[in-house]
Order: sequence, then C-alpha cells, then structure tokens
Amino acid sequence: MGRRHSLGDLSYGLVIGTLAALALLIIVAPVVIVLSTSFTEGRSLKFPPTGFSLQWYEALFDPSKSRQIHRAVLNSLEVAAWSTAFGVLFGSLAALGLARSRNRLARVADGFFMSPLVLPGLTFGLAALMYFTLIGFRPSLNLIIAGHMIVTVPFILRTTAASLSQLDPALNDSSQSLGASWLYTLRRVTLPLIAPGIFAGAFLAFMASIDNVPVSLFLSTARTDMLPIRMWGMMESTLDPRIAAVSGVLITAAFLLMLVMEWTVGLTRRMRE
Amino acid sequence: MNKLAEWQLTLPLALAFAAIFLAPLLMLVGVSFFSDDKITQPGFAQWVKFYGDPFSYKVIADTMLLGVKTVCATILVGYPLALVYLDAPPRLQKVLIFVIVMPLLLSVVVRTFAWIVVLGREGVVNQLLLSLGIISEPLRLLQTELGLVISLTQIEMPLMLLPLISVMSRLDPNLRDASAALGASRWRTLFTVIVPLSMPGLVAGCLLVFASSTTAFISQTVIGGVRLIYLPLLIWQQSLVVFNWPFAAVVSIALLISVLTVVSALSWLGRRSGGYVHG
Repeated sequence: MGRRHSLGDLSYGLVIGTLAALALLIIVAPVVIVLSTSFTEGRSLKFPPTGFSLQWYEALFDPSKSRQIHRAVLNSLEVAAWSTAFGVLFGSLAALGLARSRNRLARVADGFFMSPLVLPGLTFGLAALMYFTLIGFRPSLNLIIAGHMIVTVPFILRTTAASLSQLDPALNDSSQSLGASWLYTLRRVTLPLIAPGIFAGAFLAFMASIDNVPVSLFLSTARTDMLPIRMWGMMESTLDPRIAAVSGVLITAAFLLMLVMEWTVGLTRRMRE
Repeated sequence: MNKLAEWQLTLPLALAFAAIFLAPLLMLVGVSFFSDDKITQPGFAQWVKFYGDPFSYKVIADTMLLGVKTVCATILVGYPLALVYLDAPPRLQKVLIFVIVMPLLLSVVVRTFAWIVVLGREGVVNQLLLSLGIISEPLRLLQTELGLVISLTQIEMPLMLLPLISVMSRLDPNLRDASAALGASRWRTLFTVIVPLSMPGLVAGCLLVFASSTTAFISQTVIGGVRLIYLPLLIWQQSLVVFNWPFAAVVSIALLISVLTVVSALSWLGRRSGGYVHG
C-alpha cells in the first residue's frame, strides 16, 4: 500500500513538475530570445545572434530614419493618456452612482458598462469605423481616444466599485450627520479612501490602451498611426529588424514597470487577491 | 444628496456609451442589411451570401476550434504550473507570480514577434533540431496551426493562470492534508479535491483565453499567415481591403454571436460548478 503510494506520488511529481517547467520555458524563453537577438551584429534576426552591436537600437532612435515609429509612439501615449483621463472621470462617477443602488436597472447598467470586456473588440472596432465615417467624421486621434475610452473604462469601473464596496457606510453617514455637505464628504472622506482602487484601474486602462489592436486597427490611418499597428506593419511583409529593438525597449519598460508597481502598490499581491 | 441625484452620476458614462458604443453597434447591424457595398440598397443579400456558403461554416468552425485548442493547451501546462505555485515556498511564489504577470504588461505584438524568431526557418527550434541532427532540413512551423496554437498558448497563458491562482490560494490547505491523511494518493487528491474546488477559477480562465484567442487578429495573421483563415482575418479583408462593409458587418456579427454563445455557456457552467462547491 505505502509503496504504491510513493510510486504514484513519484509519477505525480514527475508529470506535474515537467509540465510546469514546460510552462515556464514557454513563458520566459521567447522573451529572453528576442532580447538577445535585438543586439545582433547581423542583418537578419537569427538565434543565436552573431556578435554584439547596438545597430538596431541606433536605427530605432535615429529621428529621421524612424520618424514614423516615433510618431506612432507619441500617438499611442497621447491616446492612452486622454482615454484614461476621460475613463477615470466618467468611470469613477458612474461607480459612485451605482455603488448604493441595488435595483434591477443598476445591475443592467453595470452589465452594459462591463460588456466591452467580453464583446469581441474587432466587432466594436468595425462598428465604430462605420459609425464615425457614415455620420461624417474625418479620421482623427479624438475618435481613437473615444473608442479606447469605451474598451478600457470597464477596468476603472471594476476596481473603483471594488474599493467602494469595502468602504464602511458609517463613515459617509457620520460625516454627513456632522454637517458636512455631500461634496465635502466625497472630497475629504470617500475619494481618499477609494483612490488606490481608481489608480489601479487607471493603470490597467492605460496599459490596455497602449496595447489595443482591434479599435486602433480600424480607426487609425497613416496620419494617426498607432504603435501596435505600426509594429504589425513591420512584421507583415518583410521583417524589419528594428522591431527587435522596439521589442527590447518595451520588454525593459515592462520589467521596470513591474518593479515599480511591486514596490509602490504591491501589484503581485493585489493580483492574487 | 438624495437617491435620485446620486443615480445621476452614471449619466455621463451612460450617455458616452449610448453615443459611441450602442449607436455604432446598432449601425453595424443596420449596415449588414444592405445588399451592395455602396450601402444604398436594403436587402438580405450579404446574409444569404455568407450563410449560403459552406466555406463560411468552415471558417467559423476553425475559429472556434482554434479557441478550444488554445484553451486545452493552456490548461495542460498552466494548471500544473498553478499547482507548483501552490506548493512553493513564499519566496519562490513571489518570483513565479512576477514571471507570470510580466507578459501581461508586454504588448501582444511583442509576444507575437517573439514567436517569429522562435519558430521561423532560421529560428531557435529549427536551429536546435538541425544541430542535434534530428531533422535534416528546417521544419515549417510558421503559417501552420500547430505553430499558432503554441504561440497563443504563451500569449494567453497569464489569462488562465491569474484566475486559477487566485482561486487556488483561497483553498483551505487542511483539505489536502485531510485527503492525504485518509490515504488518498496525490493524483486522487488532485482530481477529487483540488480540481473540483478550483473549478470557478478554471472556468474563468477558459472564458478569458477562449474569447481572447479567437479574436487575436495580429497573432492569427502574422503567425498563421494568410492561408489559415479565421473570422478576424475575414472581417479585416472585407472591410479594409475589399471595402465590402455590409459583408464585413455580417461576418463580425457571426464572430460576436459565436464567441458570446461559448462564453455564456462557459459562465453558466462556472455558476453551476460554483454552486456545487459551496452548496
């Protein structure tokens, strides 16, 4: 009996361990490989890379050679900043409005506001293109900002609603019974307490906007190019090796961002909860 | 401030959603009922054209199958990783969660590009197999469904792991100890205790991975190429290359309905399994 168990346990450890190691390899290896090929001396992206040089990074940072990429980066940052700003404004107001209603209409409204998360992004992207074109708007960054706001606001709504649900209603009541106005209570009691939730949602929304493909694919044009779409163009026909340098920059940025978030808000601890 | 006034705080977002979310989707449905690509003649011609063509059903089936295969692959390697995470000491847990979350902050396009370097003709896999003498000429991995599923497994893995880990960490460790003390092997404990209790996380993970992989336009086109046709590629071709908007509208409604059907079936399953666990 005992022997059969130890054999079973051995096979358990072996199978689960191997599969988990495979998972880690699949997650980590491509990132490491891309990072190392971006420093290649060669003209193509082979692995293992030949020699060491910063040629593709130099090409990427060259203002005249890579003007289109720089333009796309600036557009992406601008769209992410504005769509997150509008998302924080509208989203946290809506979360406050929905927080204490328990009726059917409030639940329907909540489901409606969250629906961009499950709806295929391409369907909304195409719908937005048709809508804006047919009612006579010209393509512009403003339209992309509007589209991104719709698909990223659910993140803000969800994290803000979560912090509001943990808020002790007695705080609100006591503030008001002591004579504070509704606005004063909001400013001095509620907002400071839910600020971490709003901030976490804003961070997720900003990242989702930077990475958004389906909406940008339909709404961006040559003049309003967005980074993910430009990168897609760099991979589509002939592989442009500068994309390895773009990837290297983005990998480093993601890594630093993870460290900063870990130190400031304990990101991984929050994500586990 | 009274109830009515507080409710009014949702109005700005509600108006924005009505104007730039609901109205476009209604217009999409409206456009699909036009027969010509100039959008002048109302009719059902595009619906007949799409649903009268056996090729359309193949594309829908391929898209859904791609989602199912990706879900299976992420469970196969992701679930064991979640188990290892559960048993790991706190210090190792911190490292693991860092490794699991970081890809989420990395653009999908970068993760897709990484697989071109790995799977390409001169890529890592081919170089390795060639130098070991296992193959004599490079395998074609890009532009195959196998390559696409492998890539999507990595790209979508965090979406499976995060809900799994968050549900698993809340499991009472005593349950596993009790199962072991009563003589169950680790395999038996896994399938009779841990898997049923982690069902809500597993279902949530499946839902996210399925919805994301079936609509992953960039990964599908760059790694799958133009010969593997899925619904997102068809939508893009019809709307931005051929400029047949009514037909693109019909296809995107097909994508919407097929994804939402599977997602609601899964979340119904999730609610049932949740009820089973707590009841």
